[in-house]
Amino acid sequence: MNDNYRQAFQEEATELLAELETALLALEQNPGDAELIGRVFRAMHTIKGSGAMFGFDAVAAFTHDVETAYDLIRNGKMAVTQAIIGLTLKACDEIKRLICEEAGALTPESLALSQAFRQLIETCPKEIPKVQAGLFDAAEAAVPSPAGAAPEITYRIRFKPEPGLFATGTNPILLLNELRELGKCSVFANTEDIPFIEEMEPEGCYTSWDVVLTTDRDINAIRDVFIFVEDQCELAIEIIDDGSAPDGSAEYKKLGEILVERGVLEPLELQQMLGCQKRIGTLLMDSGKVSAEHVQAALMEQEHIRDIRQKRQAAEVCGSIRVPAEKLDEMVNMVGELVTVQSRLNQLSNRMGDLVLIQVAEEFERLTSGLRESTMSIRMLPIGATFNRFQRLVRDLSLELGKEIVLKTEGEETELDKTVIEKLNDPLVHLIRNSIDHGIEKPEVRRAKGKSEAGTVLLSAEHSGANVLIRISDDGAGLDAAAIREKAVEKGLIQPEAALSDSEIYQLIFLPGFSTAKTVTNVSGRGVGMDVVKKGIESLQGTIDITSEADRGTTITLKLPLTMAIIDGLLVRIEDTHYIMPLAAIEECVELTRKDVEEAHGKHIASIRGEIVPYIHLRQLFGHLGECPDIEQIVTARIDGGRIGFVVDQVIGQHQTVIKSISRMYNHIEYVSGATILGDGSVALILDLPKLVRHAEVKQ
Amino acid sequence: MSKVIMTVDDSASVRQMVVFTLRDAGYEVVEAVDGQDALAKAANQPLNMVITDLNMPNLDGIGLIKGLRANPAFKFIPIIMLTTESQADKKQEGKAAGATGWIVKPFKPEQLVAVVKKVLG
Repeated sequence: MNDNYRQAFQEEATELLAELETALLALEQNPGDAELIGRVFRAMHTIKGSGAMFGFDAVAAFTHDVETAYDLIRNGKMAVTQAIIGLTLKACDEIKRLICEEAGALTPESLALSQAFRQLIETCPKEIPKVQAGLFDAAEAAVPSPAGAAPEITYRIRFKPEPGLFATGTNPILLLNELRELGKCSVFANTEDIPFIEEMEPEGCYTSWDVVLTTDRDINAIRDVFIFVEDQCELAIEIIDDGSAPDGSAEYKKLGEILVERGVLEPLELQQMLGCQKRIGTLLMDSGKVSAEHVQAALMEQEHIRDIRQKRQAAEVCGSIRVPAEKLDEMVNMVGELVTVQSRLNQLSNRMGDLVLIQVAEEFERLTSGLRESTMSIRMLPIGATFNRFQRLVRDLSLELGKEIVLKTEGEETELDKTVIEKLNDPLVHLIRNSIDHGIEKPEVRRAKGKSEAGTVLLSAEHSGANVLIRISDDGAGLDAAAIREKAVEKGLIQPEAALSDSEIYQLIFLPGFSTAKTVTNVSGRGVGMDVVKKGIESLQGTIDITSEADRGTTITLKLPLTMAIIDGLLVRIEDTHYIMPLAAIEECVELTRKDVEEAHGKHIASIRGEIVPYIHLRQLFGHLGECPDIEQIVTARIDGGRIGFVVDQVIGQHQTVIKSISRMYNHIEYVSGATILGDGSVALILDLPKLVRHAEVKQ
Repeated sequence: MSKVIMTVDDSASVRQMVVFTLRDAGYEVVEAVDGQDALAKAANQPLNMVITDLNMPNLDGIGLIKGLRANPAFKFIPIIMLTTESQADKKQEGKAAGATGWIVKPFKPEQLVAVVKKVLG
């Protein structure tokens, strides 16, 4: 409320209180003076009323009890005593305090005073007159109260206004609209009472309405809609469905029953009609017992209730259970074991060649993969909650940096494994900070570039096969490839003459110790962020890709596996040892013949369809002894924006890999991220390809 | 175009409150100090709704409602009367004269807006 009005009220009330005091002191001398009592009552009444009107709720609440006492006195139900006068004077002081203090609140003393007045009222032989009970009466009804968890009840409302309804300026359409605001509402207008035109009074209302309303508000809320017209209409409100579970079916009463209940058909007539074999509605209309309008209204009711009940049944069915996370982990583990056992069974049955056993094994395989999928889906959570957490971060950062930034999110419903989501938080924070700090320009710079002053950061998630793509895009300045290159040279990270593509240059920002920011800010720019991000994403078996365009912005794409517990792997073999490579990064497999090796003059490079691809000879790297086969296989993968091959003896094929962590004793072997158990019970190590590349580089 | 509401009350503070509240809610508000003033102003002013006090000098609320309803231009517009709790019989009288509804004094701004929305749409 406007402060001017509060002030006006404060002045008015102070005057009233002064008058009240004079009246009270005079009343003390003349306890029976009806006029003085009237003055006290009116003053209290005005203070209470205006107080409520101008937002002094504490005043209104406090004065209410005092006013009630004086109403009793005024009506001769209570005598004026010294004690009451004393209390009232104290009450005056209290009201003065409440009005003058900014945000005056009720104190224990004021509550004690109220209590004293209430006791006075209660000792009065007669009940408290209802005069003051309804402080807000009609208008209160129209103010919607917050919807509670009240059950949804369905009402049948028959509203038949008198013809003279329009004469009081009432528009029945508005009443129906108000009903619609209360909940799901079906309205049927009954026009059968409209007389012939020569008998019709043009300003009269002849239509009546049948409404079926499902709402969580109580019946009073419905009555309140009609509060101004209740004496000008026939209004019947009945509960026809109380929200309790229907006995098994969504079916509602039969048409005939509804019509009888509505009083438009006699039960006996219904019995007679039911003897015939046509649809009851048609029969009743044909026979003229019930008008077509009534039948239609009843059918509408049937439809409405059926709808409501079906919805409720659906709601009851899709409940949820909370389960501790470790139980799920345990279950995922056991499913993992099951998958392992299943592949052993497959191998075994194939070797034995027993058709019946093969059939069972295949059935088992189908069930296992179904079980695996549904178990994995239990652990999936939508990423939306994580996204929303960044709204605050963006708001705070943009304030701190004096930039206007809007964070938009897309694909919040995309589901990811719980562990992945948890580990994703920190990298995302770094990336968003970076976009805001380095990407989005200051408002004045943006204006000069002809962009809107407010920058946008878009956070989106989408599924892509067995992966989820998370993108952080900004519409900022874009990455400056030349500056990055210069910096990298300066820091000695690359050779000045190195020929690098833009995407390779962008990858440089993920190197440890790299930062192009001219000043170090609180937000980012110490060059510790991005390499941490890369490590974080790689630990999730994910990859990072950057695209950027000057003055158009930068997009960072994170490609993450859906789940961490089971991955799609490529099973390869060197000698008798099996290895798994995560399939996500792998591009293709090609043969490497002895001839190819000779042509490369001892260098570890191969020409794949004209493109020169360096490779790592895993047999050498892992120190496998024995003869190299004549034809080896190169598995090529895209790592850090470049293409690199891994040479193995044989590529066996795709393998559903249940990841088992390996003992801490082997923690120092960074390029092995875990192990898995193969169908024959042997162990295969899971290779971490980016780390493997780094390891090989160091070794050279 | 915003709808025009006339507030009729001999108390300036109530008028002020009604004017402030309704303008804030996006309505145009015309003031009149009593029934006579209201009828005079209504004669050359289109109105979508009237909110009137009942006890006023010169011409009271009931008289104003009857007067307005007699004019074809105001035959069907909503008219809301401001009453106090003790005026239950007045409420009936007002209804009979053609009032659409009522607001019990004292009322809060939001209650006023709720009632106006209810009858004006």
